[in-house]
Amino acid sequence: MDGVLAVRELRMRYGKTDVLNGVSFAARRGEVLALLGPNGAGKTTTIEILEGFRIRSAGEVSVLGVDPAHGGEAWRARTGIVLQSWRDHGKWQVRELLAQLGRYYAPYSTADVARPWDVDDLLEAVGLTPHARKRVSNLSGGQRRRLDVAIGIVGRPELLFLDEPTAGFDPEARRDFHDLVRGLADQEETTILLTTHDLDEAERLADRILILAGGTIIADGSAEELARALPGQSEVRWTLDGQRFVRSPDNPTAFVRELFQQYGESVEDLEVRRASLEDTYLALVRQAEQGAPQGLAAVTA
Amino acid sequence: MKPTLVAVRAGLSRGWIELKQTLTTQSDLIGLAFRIGVVLAVVIWTRHTHLPGTDFSLGTATLVSVLGLNFVAYGVVTMGDLIVVEREDGTLLRAKATPNGMLGYLIGKVVSTSGQVVLAVAVTLFIGAYLFTGLTIGRAGSWLTLIWVLVLGLLATLPAGAVLGSLFPSQRAAGPWWLLLLGGLTAISGIFYPITHLPVFLQWIGQAFPLYWLGLGMRSALLPNALAAVEIGHSWRHLATFGVLAAWSVAGLVLAPVVLRRMARRESGSTVAARREKAMRAT
Repeated sequence: MDGVLAVRELRMRYGKTDVLNGVSFAARRGEVLALLGPNGAGKTTTIEILEGFRIRSAGEVSVLGVDPAHGGEAWRARTGIVLQSWRDHGKWQVRELLAQLGRYYAPYSTADVARPWDVDDLLEAVGLTPHARKRVSNLSGGQRRRLDVAIGIVGRPELLFLDEPTAGFDPEARRDFHDLVRGLADQEETTILLTTHDLDEAERLADRILILAGGTIIADGSAEELARALPGQSEVRWTLDGQRFVRSPDNPTAFVRELFQQYGESVEDLEVRRASLEDTYLALVRQAEQGAPQGLAAVTA
Repeated sequence: MKPTLVAVRAGLSRGWIELKQTLTTQSDLIGLAFRIGVVLAVVIWTRHTHLPGTDFSLGTATLVSVLGLNFVAYGVVTMGDLIVVEREDGTLLRAKATPNGMLGYLIGKVVSTSGQVVLAVAVTLFIGAYLFTGLTIGRAGSWLTLIWVLVLGLLATLPAGAVLGSLFPSQRAAGPWWLLLLGGLTAISGIFYPITHLPVFLQWIGQAFPLYWLGLGMRSALLPNALAAVEIGHSWRHLATFGVLAAWSVAGLVLAPVVLRRMARRESGSTVAARREKAMRAT
């Protein structure tokens, strides 16, 4: 079985409030999953349960074949967590810190996975080679976040958790980070679960997008699948005899075919825009908040 | 190699690196120099006063007693404060996210704080031996006593520091308590003046804590035997010293893993983020 993550009917209750009521999803090896959702939807709670840092109220959870509530150190060695640094390890040199944290993974090396990642290769991969001897407290914000990523992957994890990884990145750092994450998934077959508020990021990185709202997964699929599940979100624009038209048909392809059949060469300046992930996301969340999850079953299945 | 053994070795190296960092960070060095400076100033101030009932210099006796104070200052307060601070800033969470990382983290803390205790004792003793006469540092027995008191002292104080550090919610909340602990214990433990001059009930309270016994142990190692006459029971009471320090060690070593595990269990990305937000708002 190549199921890295399996979550069934996960529930979390704080006092009398249900934060998660019946979350189910799964991930295969090498897959990048983006968990989206409004603030307070339970993204962080879900991730922390999977990380083994929080004990769930009910439901079944399997992470790398183990229940994270009882994950031992050998299990821990196969997971990676990118934590947001603040001022920890300020006196440490970048290289020194990576070497220190890497040591703990060495006994968990297998024939397939050599642990830890060679420190110099890792520094190169995250673009910190010129700063190897700098004290952590002297790094810029972007460099710090790269170090966070490096620490998260120093043990060559099979599963990596990223909670809002690029908050505070400049566009260049963000691009570098995206390349790094795609590389991990494509070359190392690392399974990645990330939360983000940046929908472009989710669309660019994720093979599959999960939207969490009201304590359940309201959508599960690729960005295209999600857009298709919500008819009437695409936009077709054209001009006919100098006059501009805009329509939002349920099936843009059929609509355009018909348009040409009817008007032929008189149709000019044709533009078809699929709904952006942002449009889809907002529509889905609005629908969920109004309590109308019908029509999405196809996506969730 | 066994994973726990790997973690122990990584922890030793972690502690050594942190100790070196302390010695190359200006603010840490100034702090260390300041503490030693204050002690030496007090000792020099009282060098012509006599220890009551003897013609021995009170300053020299104080210098020796103060060596015991280092255990509480570094072993309890520095250790505890580091745990509070490093829980707040996410160091502990990183350790938790690493296989056997908590073990390595704790060993690192034990090494770096023990290093600071030993260093403070050595520097104070070195300068003291240079400036004052009357220390019995020529006897082999002195060093033997010094070593067992040192080892037992570390065992009695470091776990206690870790336990206290786990109980405080934030550095802000912990600060006043550390001062109270350090000041209060010093006052009732006969460090700057013989305990026999305190009311009897305070003597009893003082003797319940390790600081008095650490001071006594240091005096027994480094002062002439005749001075035992001014102590409680007119003796160095080695057996009692051993007993009390050993009791604190056992209690600490039993309690510390339980309390630390309980504290660590609650740590996660969101708890650290919440503290960060709170700290940002407060500043």
